[in-house]
Amino acid sequence: MSHLEVEIKNLKSEMLEMFLLVKSQLEKSKESLVRLDKDLAREVLVNEKRVNGFELKLDRDCENIIALFNPVAIDLRFVLACMKINSNLERIGDIAEGICQFVLNIKLEPEKKLLEVTRMLEMYDTSILILKEVTEAFDKEDTGLARSVFKKDEILDEINLNANQAVADFIRNNPDRINQSLYMLSAIRKLERVGDQCKNIAEEIIFYIEAKVLKHKSKEQKQE
Amino acid sequence: MSQKLEAKNVNVFYDQTHVIKNVNLSVKANSVAAFIGPSGCGKSTFLRLYNRMNDLIEGFRKEGEVLLDGKDIYAKDLRVEDLRKKVGMVFQKPNPFPKSIYENVIYGLRIRGVNNKKLLDETVERSLRQAALWEEVKDNLKKSALALSGGQQQRLCIARAIATEPSVLLMDEPASALDPISSSKIEELIYELKTQYTIIIVTHNMQQAGRVSDTTAFFYLGELVEYDTTKKIFMNPSDVRTQDYITGRFG
Repeated sequence: MSHLEVEIKNLKSEMLEMFLLVKSQLEKSKESLVRLDKDLAREVLVNEKRVNGFELKLDRDCENIIALFNPVAIDLRFVLACMKINSNLERIGDIAEGICQFVLNIKLEPEKKLLEVTRMLEMYDTSILILKEVTEAFDKEDTGLARSVFKKDEILDEINLNANQAVADFIRNNPDRINQSLYMLSAIRKLERVGDQCKNIAEEIIFYIEAKVLKHKSKEQKQE
Repeated sequence: MSQKLEAKNVNVFYDQTHVIKNVNLSVKANSVAAFIGPSGCGKSTFLRLYNRMNDLIEGFRKEGEVLLDGKDIYAKDLRVEDLRKKVGMVFQKPNPFPKSIYENVIYGLRIRGVNNKKLLDETVERSLRQAALWEEVKDNLKKSALALSGGQQQRLCIARAIATEPSVLLMDEPASALDPISSSKIEELIYELKTQYTIIIVTHNMQQAGRVSDTTAFFYLGELVEYDTTKKIFMNPSDVRTQDYITGRFG
């Protein structure tokens, strides 16, 4: 194995660590929100510093590979894709942190009914599933799996679209829960962004493996 | 842009050895084409077809056509001397003659019998300016060319090659024996010269091929595996052999 291949392999395994770290942040943010577990929320905030530090390290690794090895073709595409995916993952980390900030501000455990009408848990589970799938697509270089993310993201869009009405109705019936309801709506907005970040990651995986640029393409074109 | 050089179904043999296998390749005027590939892949042999430098090699045989401006350069009525006025060549190692800088540049004109002092002076200045050497040697034109540094000698050889006003420049690893500064000067020069010449460069330096050329041809075992724009070759080559070679995973 050439020196560059070793560097690329190391970069990939570190990227997978970043994927797992961010997924764990998102899962913990879900638990902390559903159970109003403020300790867990604080843990996510502390770990966010690790996510940020890891992002900087991965960026530096990518820069070093470009500067020292002058990669071309699939190697270059891989490093360029990693730089972008790294930044997408860091943003997902920010989203988990943002939701945990809400948890620290909420006084009462979220109403079951509110979670139900906003389809919050479905939103969370779908986001985590999508993140898991792009992780696997990245690991196994599976562009078919990466493409399946575009379809699943539609579920998040749909829940997000209906959330306004659901929250408005809930507030009408539970005027004492306005604060909590608004936090929940913001959390849904944030989770919708997780789907967008995962779509960007899927596009980068396809760029790296197939050398196809899917940015700004229609849903149909992305499936081709 | 028109096709300056065209090779059609070209095969080359050295005795029984088939060294170039059915290659078709066109180079547009005022562009730079890079030939890359492992040692012994046939890229230098192919380069030398363009100025018929293989002709004297024992056992050399060529099939197919090589055209310059649409005319077969292997046609019986074509004089090799006339071809070489149009196709200049620069080699891996700088090879100035043991003469003054001035005499080196005008060597081609002298053997053609040009003695007009004004014309010779003008040619020396023009060629050395084009080769980005004028400012460094203008006060020492009578100095021996062998006293120049390796990088300067190579630029002098380029000046000598362009003094006869060819339309094609062939370069066989022109910067491989030079330090990085001299090498980058040659690369800058290639970039400048392509406005007036069609250039083909053989190089083992991938990054150099990427930096200087518009198109890149990858040769392997005498075959032209892939020929495309340099951007395509270095970002997304079509053939897995090209990818393996440029990413260093070959063999």
